[in-house]
Amino acid sequence: MVSKKIRKILYRLAESLLAVGIGFLGGAFLMLLYGYDPITAYRALLTGAFGDISGIYETLSFATPLILTALTFGICVRSGLFNIGAEGQMYMGAIGAVMIGGAMSLPAGIHAATATLFAMLLGGLWSIPVSILKITRNVHEVVSTIMLNWISFWLVTYLITYQLTDPMRAERAVPAQETARYTVIGASLTTIFPVVIAFTLLIYFIVWRTTLGYELRLVGYNPEAARYAGISIPRAVVMSFLLGGLAAGLAGASQVLGRPPSWTVYATLGNLVNLGFEGIGVSLIGRNHPIGIIFAAIFYGGILHGGRFMEFEAGVASELVRAINGIIIVALAIPELLSMVSGVVKRRRGKEVEAG
Amino acid sequence: MRVWKRLLWALLGIAALAMVSYELSQAGVRPVKLVETGLLAMTPLALAAVGECINEKAGVINIGIEGIFLITAVVGVYWAEVFNSGLIGILMGGVFGGLIGAVLGVLSTYGKADQIIAGMGLNVMSLGLVQYLLMAIWAFPGIHIFPRELVVPRLSLPFTELRISPFTLIAVAAAVLATLMLGRTLLGLRIRAAGDKPEAVDVAGINVNHVRILASALGGFLAGVGGAFMPLGWFGGLVKEISAGRGFIALAAVVFAGLNPLLALIASFIFGYAEGVAFTIVVTPGVKEVIPFHFIQMIPYLLTIIILAIFVTFRRFPNALGKPYIRE
Repeated sequence: MVSKKIRKILYRLAESLLAVGIGFLGGAFLMLLYGYDPITAYRALLTGAFGDISGIYETLSFATPLILTALTFGICVRSGLFNIGAEGQMYMGAIGAVMIGGAMSLPAGIHAATATLFAMLLGGLWSIPVSILKITRNVHEVVSTIMLNWISFWLVTYLITYQLTDPMRAERAVPAQETARYTVIGASLTTIFPVVIAFTLLIYFIVWRTTLGYELRLVGYNPEAARYAGISIPRAVVMSFLLGGLAAGLAGASQVLGRPPSWTVYATLGNLVNLGFEGIGVSLIGRNHPIGIIFAAIFYGGILHGGRFMEFEAGVASELVRAINGIIIVALAIPELLSMVSGVVKRRRGKEVEAG
Repeated sequence: MRVWKRLLWALLGIAALAMVSYELSQAGVRPVKLVETGLLAMTPLALAAVGECINEKAGVINIGIEGIFLITAVVGVYWAEVFNSGLIGILMGGVFGGLIGAVLGVLSTYGKADQIIAGMGLNVMSLGLVQYLLMAIWAFPGIHIFPRELVVPRLSLPFTELRISPFTLIAVAAAVLATLMLGRTLLGLRIRAAGDKPEAVDVAGINVNHVRILASALGGFLAGVGGAFMPLGWFGGLVKEISAGRGFIALAAVVFAGLNPLLALIASFIFGYAEGVAFTIVVTPGVKEVIPFHFIQMIPYLLTIIILAIFVTFRRFPNALGKPYIRE
């Protein structure tokens, strides 16, 4: 039944739009509370993000890491896990990209590819302790991933400060060499964007079109049935954390090898911090589906980029965008939000009809 | 796992910390200083952990303690400046924490929300909200220093050199009162039943959702006091990442304690003391040259993982934890 499927997709879309609407209303309320003008602010945000071609390039550039950190969360949700370790795995990926892309010399062509793969490998490796703790000791992944995020933060800042420091500028790691950089398309968008899209489609294929993916999703949907069907639950757990880790590692690489003008990470990790957490919201807005995630990331990348214009033109701190993201996540946690709202609307209409 | 076994582990932990303290005192650090820092670091963890014990007993997981910490730290400092009193600031932090807890309670009962996602939403929201509020209220990014007088003064403990914050005493009292409340009062019975056997509460004619919202608000209140305590009772300043993962460390303390508030207090002391030791090592001459401070900063987080790995499999949490109650 095609029409049923389309209806389902439209319903999901409506839910996401409602949650986004609630997020923006919440943001507007916070602005009014402190005397800012939400209309000016939101207009600046939207025209900044989508108004011209360089704005769109920037938006896509902001979306690139978010697609991947959202995938980290989204893949694991499909197998019933709450992986919020994208943040730390992304730091590991970024430092991996610096190790190969910045500190080593390789011929052009294979340099970027090696650096990218090594970054993904480190991201994937950083997910292994989470799986082990989950499988052998039943440690909840939310707490273990958060702790590993902090450990990774201090490990990576240590490496930047003591081992991989840029000899020219002590506050950052050695930038990726020319041979390791992806080609700039326009503004700060590079050819890593199509790579990321291809990776996302690959993940879609793995999770929806292979036996492995079927097993992952069945474990998330009904662990009892999965066990009865002879599916190894530990294997599913390891695989989904691992796929998530690879995605997060690539996110780290994208900020080093595919993001002008710095092509590196700073000792404060200022250009990475929070990209992992924002992925959670992006994944939920995209209904934890790779295709949905691409669109959600472009939307959210847009408001992140547009947030800077909001700051210039309305004086509103651009971090408000992050608060809006949080409100959207909370709204999406409520499963029957749309039916509740439409129920209220219907009752209202019913009354109007009676009164009329 | 029995309470006494957990207690034994806790005593082992304290013995290990005592050994580290001895080594540090040989290096010229005053032990009193270590205990003082440890108790300060314990306070927010203990308050939040005791609160979390209460709301998890009622069946509501609040994974957003980190977010409550961050938001109430800002709110607390704001009201402290308005009333020119650190005490009122911390109290307002508690009130706001209670409000956030109540909202989470409503969402996870009447809204049937996924509590983990809602809690993570709160955490993500707070990351941006804190930076926004710092700009909106004080027009300065990322950091705010307030007058020194607003920091709630510490009291000298009689017969010792120790100077401890009144809120440390409040945290200890909260743990004792929560234990009594949960174990010995009608409200405690209802809270425990709401988490373990909500049908029974329903059959007794009591609204399960109301009990859960109340417990969640109580948990949020205590976390809020802890959040506002950080700038107003401890650091004397406000930075955007003020809680630095402590909300999650408090969650780990709750797991260690198996929802027993007194054990949660002890676990918070161990985590807090380890943090205090880490702080001290960072500034101790002779040590900081050998080990980069980055590695010392990892100690509390590694300790949390280790403690979870030891204890989590022995837990027995309430049956209906994390599930909305739906009448059949």
